Amino acid sequence: MIISFLKSREAILLGALIALILLVESRFSGFAMPRNLAAVFNDTSILIILALGQTLVILTRCIDLSLASNLALTGMVTAMLNAAMPGLPIVALLAVAVALGLIMGAFNGLLVWKLNIPPIVVTLGTLTIYRGIIFLVSGGSWVNSHEMSAAYKALPRAQMLGLPVLSWIAIVVIAGFAIGVNRTALGRAFYAVGGNPGAAVYTGIDVGRTRFSAFVIAGGLAGLCGYLWVSRYAVAYTDVAGGFELDIVAACVIGGISIAGGSGTVLGAVLGALFLGVIKNALPVAGISPFWQMAISGAAIIIAVAFNARKPPSRIILKHAEARS
Amino acid sequence: MTDNNTTPQPVLRLNGITKTFPGVRALSEVDLALYPGEVTALIGENGAGKSTLVKILTGIHQPDAGQIIVDETPTTLADASAATRAGITAIHQETVLFDDLSVAENIYLGHAPRGRFGLLDWARMEEDAREILKRIGAAINPRLPLRDLGIASKHLVAIARALSVQARVVVMDEPTAALSQAEIEELYTLIDRLKAEGKAILFISHKFDEVFRIAERYTVFRDGQMVDAGMISDVTEDQLVEKMVGRAMSAIFPVRHATPGETVLEVRDYSHPTEFADISFDLRRGEILGFYGLVGAGRSEIMQSLFGVTKPSHGEARLNGRALSIRTPADAIAEGIVYVPEDRGKQGAITAMPIFQNVTLPSLSRTSNKGFIRMAQEFDLARHYTERLDLRASALDQTVGNLSGGNQQKVVIAKWLATRPEVIILDEPTKGIDVGSKAAVHDFMAELAAEGLCVIMVSSEIPEILGMSDRVIVMREGRIVSQHPRDGLSPEILVREAAGYGATAQKESAA
Repeated sequence: MIISFLKSREAILLGALIALILLVESRFSGFAMPRNLAAVFNDTSILIILALGQTLVILTRCIDLSLASNLALTGMVTAMLNAAMPGLPIVALLAVAVALGLIMGAFNGLLVWKLNIPPIVVTLGTLTIYRGIIFLVSGGSWVNSHEMSAAYKALPRAQMLGLPVLSWIAIVVIAGFAIGVNRTALGRAFYAVGGNPGAAVYTGIDVGRTRFSAFVIAGGLAGLCGYLWVSRYAVAYTDVAGGFELDIVAACVIGGISIAGGSGTVLGAVLGALFLGVIKNALPVAGISPFWQMAISGAAIIIAVAFNARKPPSRIILKHAEARS
Repeated sequence: MTDNNTTPQPVLRLNGITKTFPGVRALSEVDLALYPGEVTALIGENGAGKSTLVKILTGIHQPDAGQIIVDETPTTLADASAATRAGITAIHQETVLFDDLSVAENIYLGHAPRGRFGLLDWARMEEDAREILKRIGAAINPRLPLRDLGIASKHLVAIARALSVQARVVVMDEPTAALSQAEIEELYTLIDRLKAEGKAILFISHKFDEVFRIAERYTVFRDGQMVDAGMISDVTEDQLVEKMVGRAMSAIFPVRHATPGETVLEVRDYSHPTEFADISFDLRRGEILGFYGLVGAGRSEIMQSLFGVTKPSHGEARLNGRALSIRTPADAIAEGIVYVPEDRGKQGAITAMPIFQNVTLPSLSRTSNKGFIRMAQEFDLARHYTERLDLRASALDQTVGNLSGGNQQKVVIAKWLATRPEVIILDEPTKGIDVGSKAAVHDFMAELAAEGLCVIMVSSEIPEILGMSDRVIVMREGRIVSQHPRDGLSPEILVREAAGYGATAQKESAA
């Protein structure tokens, strides 16, 4: 069990992540302190949650480019609701955020399922549509910190057992995914549909419905993140999280989620997001220019894909075994 | 049709060609000669090595041993363009052309006329295409996208392409499989014209009437070996059939003492708008029912319809007397009907998944508790069925992609058995797997039938059909030709009925 983990791409990625942290620590003492690492984790929480949703979609051989727009729209709606009705409980706002996210995810999923439109086309379209709706509902104006209620802004920062609630939410989502993906029939179906859609059909799995489910879950999580993002940064405007959809895909790719579908793990997606999170947090403190940051993130993606494209080592071992027998 | 008494030199000669794939010897020291202005028919059962030969001739596979001699010069056909340069071109059963390109582009792709600055000379390309199409008597506008043409016209384009590269050897791999009778007649006329131009033609077909209509020579392959070659005028259809199938049963099949029980599955008047019509048959407990026919006879399509992948337009199926309403494969699995598809790559195993997850995929409700999968139960289930099938794998969490073809097939069968079906449909269960795995699959089928499972076996391999079935249904062109009990059935009857040669005289019905 331990040996097979050491050979996995997750182990390689974990090693790379630790090496990266140590490298930063050698330049900038104190980075590897638990308190700072916890801060980095907290800062990466939203990326982790979104990357997990995207993982499901990519596992089924699809992609969702509209997640950041979905996040920005739900964030704007919750902020405007809060500004208009400060008395509305946060639980109700959370429910609205998740529900809106689910609806947007379902819209993507339906177009992919029922109309058979390639997912990249569907979500490229909804990426702009959802972003455009923000402008329609807000008229282009911002919702600023002073318009938001204290309770609205407090939730993600509130401390619980030494960690902010934002971190705890990410931990709960990770745990939910670890169980849901590995231990339920639907989780298995994501892998089957992406691994071999033709075979999945013959196994009695509804390929379209499974893809729809992936889009809905990813959309719901993006809705949740909409509230978390806007309340954390205490500002909502049309361009919130602009371009973040590519960070989400990058986290998945670095985490070894195969863009061809059917292969990847929850742990991989989390590590991929953390890898990006460390780069984004460490390089500025080390005084490296943002342009180098982009180049380094880009290089990490290509290196990760090159690693994943290698043939698995077990094949060689098997050949030896076959040769012997 | 031969007007020359002095036999000319062959354009192309193969000497001792051998090709081995992992676990299978596809061709073993075969010889072949093709003569200018003559059609040589290549005859053989499925799996006799015909397609491998075509792939070697067109540069897709390299032979392990043997010589390819073009015009008395030994040649290597390293890739497809080398084959084209050597003047060899192939027209496939399903034409491999580009639907979105124009007819002219399809004809000249890869060797288009160039104008100034090396740019394509469109005007000349169209002009030349028009010329070639006229030469073969095809009234096709070279500007049309290929998509707008019927299959017969696409064949004509493929032939025009063959002429445009100045091919001297034209390989036709079952070119009539998708054509109507009138189109086939046109193809004959065209072949006569190609012969008149001195092309050497290799014509691959299962249909003896075609072979006798257009070929001068024949070559018979059986199990990857060339068993006979000669002039068509020297043989009869009966002799050819015998050469094609007349082997000692090389594989040994399990001995079965079948006593089929009550009727389990009744299929009545099953029809599909395009694939099959008026299909009625019964399946009894403990029985192995073989479906024999040529590729494209509609056998797999019936099974897919029974399994809920496609919808029949008409007809009904009953299981244990109860009318079935199956809309999706999930319904079929719930009713206890499972289908092991022919195409393992596309429809069988999920190769990136571990063995145990593949096996339990349709049975997850049985290995779950309150919606959560129990890994221990999952492993138990997978271990039980893979052990029964004698699967050779180092560990059950190994991915299926690392297994050999035969072992992958065992994983797929284990997956279906784990659903505890009542009716299991096996589509070409041993196609492309090695001899050892074949025997294991056969033994296992016998065991299943003995345990009371109903087995439908779709197979194009005559020994398998005769060795395994209790009853055989022969199909041709989407219809059932006849039903036979195994006793008294001969390879010759099967071949004749499936090919439509003398079928009407042989009609029998099963008890």
